[in-house]
Amino acid sequence: MKNFKHSIILFIILMVIWILLTSWETQELIAGLITSFLIAILTYRLEPVLAAINLTPKALLYSIAYIFVFAKELILSNLDVARRVLTPSLPLKPGIVKVNTKLKSKIGKLVLANSITLTPGTLTAEVKNGNLYIHWIDIKEEDVAGATQEIVAKFEKYLEVIFG
Amino acid sequence: MIGAIIALIGSIFLLLGALGLLRMPDVYNRMQAGTKSTTLGSMLFLIGAALYISKGQIWSRVILLILFIVFTNPISSHALARAAHKIKIPMAEETVKDDLTEDE
Repeated sequence: MKNFKHSIILFIILMVIWILLTSWETQELIAGLITSFLIAILTYRLEPVLAAINLTPKALLYSIAYIFVFAKELILSNLDVARRVLTPSLPLKPGIVKVNTKLKSKIGKLVLANSITLTPGTLTAEVKNGNLYIHWIDIKEEDVAGATQEIVAKFEKYLEVIFG
Repeated sequence: MIGAIIALIGSIFLLLGALGLLRMPDVYNRMQAGTKSTTLGSMLFLIGAALYISKGQIWSRVILLILFIVFTNPISSHALARAAHKIKIPMAEETVKDDLTEDE
């Protein structure tokens, strides 16, 4: 069942990419359908990582909201790092902090780690068990709970709903 | 016009990233400036270019390009940072703490 769900989601993703890449023409669509279908079938026995994605309306709503939350974080943190680079005294307080996550699925952890890395100022250096080790350009909270609240909580709130 | 301005803002972010690459003290902080500013920088540049051209299927291509940047950029910077830490490249003097070394 999990493998089936994984294949269906993979098929949809491949099809969307194909449509974006080519044009909306019958020939192109048929070629894309066949290729996506073949890939989905041939990878049926691989580990069903994508099966952790929830397909409920609520999860869909949260993923759209997540795009905006992420965009806001991206812009704010980019401006913050830009300000630091331009300040002559270079105000830095770098270090690697440990945070933990409640997310269980592999894809959930992947999206969380990628989101953390994509926002400037934080960079995931290692993922081990349920812990993420994050290089932080300006450490505000030194203990695990505080750092988790500061870095992870804003993303996790949404990702918990999207990935089971 | 709007497209040109957005593309310009994007290039400013890319320029700041390059500047950060020169100014930051150690490899981890350089990575912060060097690999991350490219996300917003190239995103804005692509959106600006799409607004400027604004015909045919430019938007679907731009969305796809942004998607690929968003998915691949963090993986490469994570791999670089992890490798740097594994071969024990020293951190800058300003470094406050290092939980990863403590736990290993």
